[in-house]
Amino acid sequence: MSELPANTPRQEAMAVLSHATPKRLGELWAAWSDKPAYHKVRGPETGLVMVRGRAGGGGNAFNLGEATVTRATVRLETGEVGHAYCLGRDGDKAVQSALFDALLQRDAEAVETLVLKPLREEQAAADARLRDETAATKVDFFTMVRGDD
Amino acid sequence: MYVAVKGGEAAIANAHRLLADRRRGDRSVPALRLDQIIEQLGLAVDRAMGEGSLYDRELAALAIIQSRGDLIEAIFLVRAYRTTLPRFGYSKPIDTAAMKIERRVSATFKDLPGGQLLGPTFDYTHRLLDPSIAEGADVDEAVIRLSDDEPAPRVTDLLDHQGLIEPDVSEVQDEIGDLTREPLEFPLNRDRRLQALARGDEGFLLALGYSTQRGYGRSHPFVGEIRIGEVEVELDIPELGFAVNLGRIRVTECQMVNKFKGNAKVPPQFTRGYGLVFGQAERKAMAMSLVDRSLRAGELGEDVNHPAQDEEFVISHSDNVQSTGFVEHLKLPHYVDFQGELGLLREMRAEHETDAPASTLPPAGRAGVGGAPHSEHAASPLPASPARGEVPGSIEDTSPAEAAE
Repeated sequence: MSELPANTPRQEAMAVLSHATPKRLGELWAAWSDKPAYHKVRGPETGLVMVRGRAGGGGNAFNLGEATVTRATVRLETGEVGHAYCLGRDGDKAVQSALFDALLQRDAEAVETLVLKPLREEQAAADARLRDETAATKVDFFTMVRGDD
Repeated sequence: MYVAVKGGEAAIANAHRLLADRRRGDRSVPALRLDQIIEQLGLAVDRAMGEGSLYDRELAALAIIQSRGDLIEAIFLVRAYRTTLPRFGYSKPIDTAAMKIERRVSATFKDLPGGQLLGPTFDYTHRLLDPSIAEGADVDEAVIRLSDDEPAPRVTDLLDHQGLIEPDVSEVQDEIGDLTREPLEFPLNRDRRLQALARGDEGFLLALGYSTQRGYGRSHPFVGEIRIGEVEVELDIPELGFAVNLGRIRVTECQMVNKFKGNAKVPPQFTRGYGLVFGQAERKAMAMSLVDRSLRAGELGEDVNHPAQDEEFVISHSDNVQSTGFVEHLKLPHYVDFQGELGLLREMRAEHETDAPASTLPPAGRAGVGGAPHSEHAASPLPASPARGEVPGSIEDTSPAEAAE
């Protein structure tokens, strides 16, 4: 039912970047010591994506409603092209995500260690916290025994 | 002959300035920020996003502040904004089975895999106003309990395997209807109907759902499952040759399960209504699923006798931006229209007076509206036209004088 494609490392990295908050990504970009020379090939530009659902959860697709999406494409001086598509309207986030996507092709280890790993850990911690907060509201049913025998 | 009337420019400009002033209110009270609305009026934001049919919390929060909290006005603002943006594409269908669940309850199965997760709900509160909120009291952090990470499959997928509930129909779809791109034409496919319902007015759908419970198209509903949480949104990017994960959105899904006695082709089984809405919007998702099911009456061979079963009635009136547009336009100047009606009425009155016996007439002085002498209005009779609002969706003739206003 799920149409998740086979996730390549690049797709996974782009997902980690798109899940980051603009603020957090801005911090990570600010902390990146050796900022590359680059130019913007496209954007950042904001548009809409029509989000689809499925009737009954798993049936025929229908158009649920739109979401704002910002995209950017950058090219590093060394030739690598980076792309980003993120929900929301934050142009800086899109450009920084595209830059990290491009840097990933040039300097994978540094991007992994300094950007993706911390983001992944923070997102996992936030997800775990949400799960645990929700788990505290799980109903534990018990049976009331009435009468003597 | 028309005499075009113009005017009101200064009045309108000043009215808008006054609106801005009143919106801001007492300047000694701090101005609202978007993050305050997003964090503390989150469900209003969700409603503006859902019915505005645009997922963007900041825009919805801005619309709520700008509209002074008038949510239909906020929805209107959100809808207007979306028309200014280009469309990048259509996402892959979201997978609600893979949701990061924040709330999940079933009224049909007590012990279901994953359990009953109440989440941040108003249910079981006593609906007593809490004065400590007014005093700005500190609020405790949420309680944490280590999650057992048990998967929580959709209830309908569990029941599905026993053949007692109708399965999801997943066909190859040549096209998926998009009401933002094409005019509304009846009958609709279920995809178009679900799109319309997803952005339909909560109050209208709630009332219609309630009407089915009260007997106007009874559908014997049970809440199979409600789940709220975030899902991943993915978009195929042709130039990259793969799908990109855009991030997560929060949605509410409701699976309504309905008793169905079967027909010649289908054995007795549970049928289903579906609700899916942006944000945390449980009442809306429930109402949507009730109305979705009742609109399937024809498809399931049930009698179609009630408003909630009438697709054209429901979908033509479920959009609150359309509804408010047509209702509220009545307050705009209709001076010429009304003069025409007035002239016609005077003529009809005059004919009536000549035909009817004198004793049944009201005193002559009260017959003329506004006491104007008849001779001043020698308007020619207008052709009889249907009363305003009788033709749903029709655009009224606008006279030059009205257009100038």
